Amino acid sequence: MRIDCKHVWQHISAYIDGDVDGALRAEIDKHLETCEICSAVLDSTRNVVVLVADDRVFELPAGFSSRLHARLDQELALGEPS
Amino acid sequence: MMTLSNPVTEAELIRRILAGEKQLFHALIRPCERAIYFLLFSLLRNEAEAEDASQEAVIKVYRNLHLFRGDSQFRTWVLSIARNEGLGRLRKTETRREDSLDALTDGEAGDFTPAILTSWREIPTETLERQELADMLREAIEGLPEIYRNIVLLRDIEEMDIRETASVLGISEGAVKVRLHRARALLQRHLAPKLKGFAPKGRKLFGWMR
Repeated sequence: MRIDCKHVWQHISAYIDGDVDGALRAEIDKHLETCEICSAVLDSTRNVVVLVADDRVFELPAGFSSRLHARLDQELALGEPS
Repeated sequence: MMTLSNPVTEAELIRRILAGEKQLFHALIRPCERAIYFLLFSLLRNEAEAEDASQEAVIKVYRNLHLFRGDSQFRTWVLSIARNEGLGRLRKTETRREDSLDALTDGEAGDFTPAILTSWREIPTETLERQELADMLREAIEGLPEIYRNIVLLRDIEEMDIRETASVLGISEGAVKVRLHRARALLQRHLAPKLKGFAPKGRKLFGWMR
């Protein structure tokens, strides 16, 4: 029995993570071969996941690290971790 | 993105710090800095407060280092401390906003239908050189409800596995998967229509170059 589009959408996140079992993966693959909508939904979701993971999206505030380590130096000067 | 932690080196660093080489703590905490800050930013949604909370959390890690047992990853332990620091601060500020911590639960109904498209032209990561694209992505993530925002942050941005994400947030692995799925669906639905404009133009570019 062929699975429908909604069924595919439910598993898109797991599919992207390689977290679906072999039988389900085969069914989804078969569906994707002939369904341009699900293919586009999958490709766009995967594209969004890749883009948001890029370091350029979230950057630490300028000077964050140096301020953190300066603060740490004050703490380290106080004494042993107890 | 965080480099993969090396447990052998980590354990060795911790041992030496506790034995008195305190300066090594800088090196120990450095790989966790980014994740600490963005986890706290995701909770507190304010740069200055997230930075202050990050510093407090790192100092708590240092002071409690002798309590780390090595039965979880160091980074997981550190991020749990950071999250507690953030939650403590949220509790102090009484009525915060509509998006309070228990405003949304996994049972809550919602529409997680993706944006329907008939084709997708891949947007390469180099396109992120355009600030407006990076801004659009950041705003989309910041606009997610908290329970989805922190999942995206840990799982997709800091690249933690399901187990580690579950452990930092104190939820089950199943809940991580459900929330991650919903978060990605919300992002796709919100972003896909807007992102189309960033797709490479193909032939037109050639015409433009001439």
